Amino acid sequence: MVGMETLHYAFDGGRALPPFAPALVGVVASGNLEVLVEPASGTGCRIDVDTSARGFGPIWEAVLRDFHARHGLGGLVVSIHDMGATPAVVSLRLDQAISAIGGATP
Amino acid sequence: MNASFAELSARERLAAVVDAGSFHEWLPPSERVTSPHLAQLGVPAAFDDGVAIGRAALDGRTILVAAQEGEFMGGGVGEVHGAKLVGLLRRALRDRPDAVVLLAESGGVRLHEANAGLIAVSEVMRALLDVRAAGIPTVVLIGGANGCFGGMGIVARCADTVVMSDIARHAMSGPEVIESAHGAGEFDSRDRALVWRTTGGKHRWLTGDCDVLVEDDPDAFRAAAIAAMARHRPLTLAALQQESALLQRRADVDGDNADAFELWSRLGVADARSVPDLDAAAVRALRPATGGA
Repeated sequence: MVGMETLHYAFDGGRALPPFAPALVGVVASGNLEVLVEPASGTGCRIDVDTSARGFGPIWEAVLRDFHARHGLGGLVVSIHDMGATPAVVSLRLDQAISAIGGATP
Repeated sequence: MNASFAELSARERLAAVVDAGSFHEWLPPSERVTSPHLAQLGVPAAFDDGVAIGRAALDGRTILVAAQEGEFMGGGVGEVHGAKLVGLLRRALRDRPDAVVLLAESGGVRLHEANAGLIAVSEVMRALLDVRAAGIPTVVLIGGANGCFGGMGIVARCADTVVMSDIARHAMSGPEVIESAHGAGEFDSRDRALVWRTTGGKHRWLTGDCDVLVEDDPDAFRAAAIAAMARHRPLTLAALQQESALLQRRADVDGDNADAFELWSRLGVADARSVPDLDAAAVRALRPATGGA
């Protein structure tokens, strides 16, 4: 796994979504990422990140904490493949993914 | 809806070309059928390995369809990516859809996967020819920003019908590859005008390498794909000899490897210098003069 870093985050106490089909947004490309959102049981929100940019764990945590504060969703797993996207791009892709499964806050 | 086919992602293109909501995907991203090679090189995988495959309706008829994502590793064909294409084509032999449509955008073999990628591309070629030999119309749509090069460039020419936009590109070696092998004096990959008049849709149309030239518009690609479902070119000895004669004629006309402007002139285009500024419809009208070569 030379060069790649794998990060795991989990947030609790989210608002459960109605049933939804998995959705994929974005592409694995330089400065970009893909986000796959899938349903899971419970009220947790698990986020797994594979990234080619090592050493940005604290920034990922801040961006994903913001995401959870923004949407407060539970019962889902978010899987990310990243190639050095900036925090703003990551946030936009996460919002796009939530919009794709119909979970955006009104 | 974005008006540019080139700027859409592979999945957006797929959705724009087939009947609305009709795409049923096989091995979707949630199945995580990903490259076994990339992680060893420290490169993140893509959940679909850069290609979406499945069944869809096109103008109410059943097709099998694939779309390559050029933004992921340049659309390079790795082991899994190639296997998905081969699986789709072999399924076509069993299911006998009304057509197989491939939205190609690829630099060819994914170099990270070396021999596995090379073998995958050759298997795609064989599988595509099997489908064509079975009498199922095969259609390749080329309109992505990364073009269609290398092994996928050959795959495209194995199909019954090749559809290109005027800003699409199709060739064997890509501009950067030629420049690194032979120098910028031979081919300057940063000269966009040179690159497009040597590999672009207009050039491919004028020389007969593509069968339909459209504007960079998802609706135009959809219309061309619908029309192509009725077009089958049987794989016969006579057809191959005809194609060989066409290539021989091009070699005769272009023995000194002239610039595209000169080649178009020799093929009978009256004002070759004006071609880059013409729209697709105007360039379409030029082909009867050349008949392709």
